[in-house]
Amino acid sequence: MAIKQSEVEKIAELARIRISDDQVGEVTQRITEILSMVDQLQEADTTGIEPMANPLGATQRLRADEVTEVDNREAFQSIAPVVEDGLYLVPKVIE
Amino acid sequence: MHTKTVAQLALGLQQRDFSSIELTRLYLDRINALDDVYNAYITVDPEQALAAAAAADARLASGTADALTGIPIAHKDIFCTAGLKTSCASRMLDNFVPPYDATVIKHFNQAGAVILGKTNMDEFAMGSSNESSYYGAVKNPWDITAVPGGSSGGSAAAVAAMLAPAATGTDTGGSIRQPAAFCGVTGLKPTYGRVSRLGMIAFASSLDQAGPLARDAQDCAILLNAMAGHDKLDSTSSEQPVPDYTAELNNPLQGLRIGLPREFFGDGLAPSTAAAIDASLKELEAQGATLVEVSLPHSKLTIPTYYVIAPAEASTNLSRFDGVRYGHRCDDPKDLHDLYTRTREEGFGDEVKRRILVGTYALSAGYYDAYYKKAQQVRRLIQQDYLECFKQVDIIAGPTTPGPAFALGAKSNDPLAMYLEDVYTLAVNLAGLPGMSVPAGFVDNKPVGLQLIGQHFDEARLLNVAHRFQQATHWHTQQGAMPQGK
Repeated sequence: MAIKQSEVEKIAELARIRISDDQVGEVTQRITEILSMVDQLQEADTTGIEPMANPLGATQRLRADEVTEVDNREAFQSIAPVVEDGLYLVPKVIE
Repeated sequence: MHTKTVAQLALGLQQRDFSSIELTRLYLDRINALDDVYNAYITVDPEQALAAAAAADARLASGTADALTGIPIAHKDIFCTAGLKTSCASRMLDNFVPPYDATVIKHFNQAGAVILGKTNMDEFAMGSSNESSYYGAVKNPWDITAVPGGSSGGSAAAVAAMLAPAATGTDTGGSIRQPAAFCGVTGLKPTYGRVSRLGMIAFASSLDQAGPLARDAQDCAILLNAMAGHDKLDSTSSEQPVPDYTAELNNPLQGLRIGLPREFFGDGLAPSTAAAIDASLKELEAQGATLVEVSLPHSKLTIPTYYVIAPAEASTNLSRFDGVRYGHRCDDPKDLHDLYTRTREEGFGDEVKRRILVGTYALSAGYYDAYYKKAQQVRRLIQQDYLECFKQVDIIAGPTTPGPAFALGAKSNDPLAMYLEDVYTLAVNLAGLPGMSVPAGFVDNKPVGLQLIGQHFDEARLLNVAHRFQQATHWHTQQGAMPQGK
């Protein structure tokens, strides 16, 4: 299934990846090739077949709602690009 | 000494024939002298390695050593190692030094093994040739104009070139088995959930699994003993008890039923590779196994199913790389949107971006049912094919790859041709089954591998079959014209 460049631009926006103007044509072509290949899936008769998310059919285990973890903020933030007062800093979001 | 197996080295250490410091230094010297050619390693920290070796020597002297105490192991650069750079072969994590150890690494540390270094790989584990690494391609030690396979190319090459006695890898669609086949080493992907994924940088969470690459099945069993087990911090890890994987290595193969899927032996399999596989199967027959033709009817849907599910899961897993908390951040972001989009444009290579985009598309509104949900349904059909076969056979066998290692650059401009390299390995991850590749001969002077696929949690049987095969054949001990050093 051919995908339009405008759709690739929309997906790139969803994925928050910047694609430069000079690259978007090639990226569109590559993605079209891959999506054409996966279109073969439509041949399969999957009537009544339950989708498989986990190959062993495992479900999420639960635990008691108790605090068990330790505060590692200092260690984890020691590798951050920009932190202040225990907060991660990013460019201003709200005008 | 560098030609010895882990089992032989462990004996030597326990008998005090040599120390862990001597052994570690030997490998560090070899890496220093030879790795420029192969580029198997991204990071080597000699100080840290020798400190661990010294601690191991103390344990060996006091009689508190385990099977892996003092043994140097190379780790794929996808496992978080506290204080030691972990890059996933990506610019995105070029500056990343983890503040914690992956559970797999913790297990090796507790066993007293030495971290020799972090091995090269395809970026974020996406690839079958180790050509997409930010740190350059890895060369196949058997033919340096050929690829080592991927994504665990560095680990496979390190073991093949004897720059490590054993290594860890990960396998999402064949990334342990295929490079093991191309490099003439033995590799095992355990059952999904057998080994903890905590601290193992995620590619596709329902497919990823860590496993060993080594010179033979016995060594793989020793490593798997250390790696396997339940981890309460990995909610997908299994509570199945862990047997001693070395205990049944020598069981005779009399009565073993081996299924040969007709779909694995059709067009697409190079005749010379087919011949090597046939000869290997005859060897297993000679040991008392029965060969049974079986069918996996949904085989031709394996590639499209995988190339929807894996990219979809990757798009979610890689959304954490945003320049905010760790890793690469673009310079002078003008706003938050610019921070995200430019960090990710700069940090990710082309194949990673392609897969994120395909995955995002497959999960997006309006396409989710047609792609992701459909693929998950076909996934169940693919698993059912295998479970059906296992009603009549104990294991399934065939070639690991369609042929031996291809030339560097031969497929790097053709993603679809690259994806076809995984045709025999992908379904094993989709079904969550364990799989091995065992050296099975040479084609064009390059190794080829025999793939063995088992039922869920039947790793002991796979290791047994591989071990008995290796006791009767010598493909796994060949070193070719590789530099021997001292």
